[in-house]
Amino acid sequence: MSAQHPFTAAEMMTVAAARLLRNGDVCFVGIGLPSAAANLARLTHAPDVVLIYESGPIGAKPEVLPLSIGDGSLAETADTVVSTSEIFRYWLQGGRVTVGFLGAAQIDRFANINTTVIGDYARPQVRLPGAGGAPEIATCAGKVILVLRQSARAFVERVDFITSVGHLDGGDARSRLGLPGQGPVAVVTDLCLMTPDSLTKELTVTHLHPGVSAEKVRAATGWNIRLAESLEETAAPSFSELETLRQLQRRTALAHGRAPEA
Amino acid sequence: MAELTSLRMAVESLVRDGDFVAMEGFTHLIPFAAGHEVIRQRRKNLVLVRLTPDLVYDQMIGAGCARKLIFSWGGNPGVGSLHRLRDAVEHGWPQPLELEEHGHGDLSNAYVAGASNLPFAVSRAYAGSDLPRHSDAIRFIECPFTGERLAAVPSVRPDVTVIHAQKADRKGNVLLWGILGVQKEAVLAARRAIVTVEEVVDELEAWPNACILPHWTVSAVCRVPGGAHPSYAHGYYERDNLFYQAWDAISRDRESFLAWVKRHILETDSFEEFKRVLQEGLAKEVG
Repeated sequence: MSAQHPFTAAEMMTVAAARLLRNGDVCFVGIGLPSAAANLARLTHAPDVVLIYESGPIGAKPEVLPLSIGDGSLAETADTVVSTSEIFRYWLQGGRVTVGFLGAAQIDRFANINTTVIGDYARPQVRLPGAGGAPEIATCAGKVILVLRQSARAFVERVDFITSVGHLDGGDARSRLGLPGQGPVAVVTDLCLMTPDSLTKELTVTHLHPGVSAEKVRAATGWNIRLAESLEETAAPSFSELETLRQLQRRTALAHGRAPEA
Repeated sequence: MAELTSLRMAVESLVRDGDFVAMEGFTHLIPFAAGHEVIRQRRKNLVLVRLTPDLVYDQMIGAGCARKLIFSWGGNPGVGSLHRLRDAVEHGWPQPLELEEHGHGDLSNAYVAGASNLPFAVSRAYAGSDLPRHSDAIRFIECPFTGERLAAVPSVRPDVTVIHAQKADRKGNVLLWGILGVQKEAVLAARRAIVTVEEVVDELEAWPNACILPHWTVSAVCRVPGGAHPSYAHGYYERDNLFYQAWDAISRDRESFLAWVKRHILETDSFEEFKRVLQEGLAKEVG
C-alpha cells in the first residue's frame, strides 16, 4: 500500500469516480454508488456541479445520501423540482446534461449495460429491477461514467441483455446509430479505472488502484481484458477526500438508521 | 366533479375487476392506503401501470390483484428485490404476471401522450437496446420532416388513476408539491381519478403556478391522513425507511407475506385500523 491513510476498496472506488466529475458539469445521477460519488465531488472539488435526479430535483444538494431516488432531502435542497416527464423531455433529451453517472448489474467489454435479466429474457435465471431511466441517459447524456464493483460475474464478454446502450460491438457503432451522446467514457470499479480505446471502444485498464495487481483485475473480469501500455496507479484518496466521504456516510447512517453502499 | 367520499366507497364505485389502473407517486406520495383498499375489496385481473412498482404493487401482485404490469424499474429502493413481483414472474404465483417494460423517460412520456389525447409518444431512446426486441410496445418510426429514426410507445390511458396528495379544498380542488413524478399527467390521462389527501382545508393558499388539479378533473377525493405511509408526504411525515427494510423479510416467502396481508389488510376495515395494527405490532417487537 502506498497510501498514507488507510482506506477501503469501496472508498477508493467512490473517490476515483468523484474525481471524474468537473465543476460546472450538469450530472444526471443514478442512485447508490453514483449518488455517493456525485455528492462527494460536490462536497470537494466541484461545488458548482449541478445534480439532477430522475424523480425531478434539479440542483439537489442533499446533506445525507438519499436512500431512494425521490427522497425529500433532494427536493428540499434543489434549485427547482419538475415533473419526471419534464426531467426526461426538456433537461435530458433537451441536451442539457453533460454527464450521466450510472451503476449496473452487468457490463461487457464495450460497456453495454444490463439491468434487466441474467439468462434468457423469457426464462431468466435472475430477474433484475429493469431499466429505470438508464436507456434514455445512456442515449442522451453528453457522456456516461459507470461505477460498479468488479467481478467476473458482473464484467462479462457480452451482456445477456443490452438494457442501455454502451458502444455496442465497438468502433463507430454509436455514431452510425446517430446516438446524440458519446456514451461511456470511463468505468470505475473497486479495483481499477477503465476507459474505452479511442478507436475500438474496447474497455482498457488505464489505472490500477493502490495495492491492486493486474492479475487480480484479470481474475475479476470475464474476458481477456486489455491493459494500457502506460498503466498507472490511481492516486490514493487524500485525507480531505476520505474525511468528507466518511462524514457524509456517518450523517447518512444516522439519518437512515444504516449506511447505503460506499 | 370531485365527490368528497370515503376511500372504501371510492374504490367500490370507481375501480373494477379487469381495469387498467395507474397508482402513481415517485418515492413520494405513494397511494398505499388506496392500494390496501383495492386488496381489501379483492379486485382481480387488474392491468397495473407505474414507473416504479414499489411496495404498493408488490403487495397487490402478491395478493392476486394483477394479471399484467407495465413498469420501468421494479425494485425495493435502497433495499433489493420486490419478492412478490419476482415470484409472480419467475413462478407464476399467485398467478402469472405479464410484463411490459419501459424506461422512465418513455413511460412518463406515454402518460403525457395519454393526457394529450394522442395515440403514442416519441422519444430519442432505445437505438441499440434489446428492450424493443422483447416488447411490442416499443417500435420505431421515421420523422416525417427530417427522416430521423425515433422510438414510439403507445400512450397510457388508464381506466382509473389513483394518487395521494397533500391537500384538497372542500370543492375537491387538489394541491400537491415536492417531488411530483407523473401524478398530474396520470390523472389527466385517465377516465376516472381518485385522490386521497392528508387534509381537507377551506383555502388551498397556493401560488398561481402551483400543481393543482381542478375539482372537475377528479372523480373522488378522500381524506386519508398518513395514506402514503410507508412512503412520505412532504410537509407532513418522513419516509419510513425501516418499513422498506422490514418488507424484505416479510415478503421473502409466501407464508409470511400472506400472514401479513391477512392481519394488516384483510382483517382490518380501513387504513385507520391498519395503522393501529401496525403500531401494535411495532410495540410488541420493541417491548
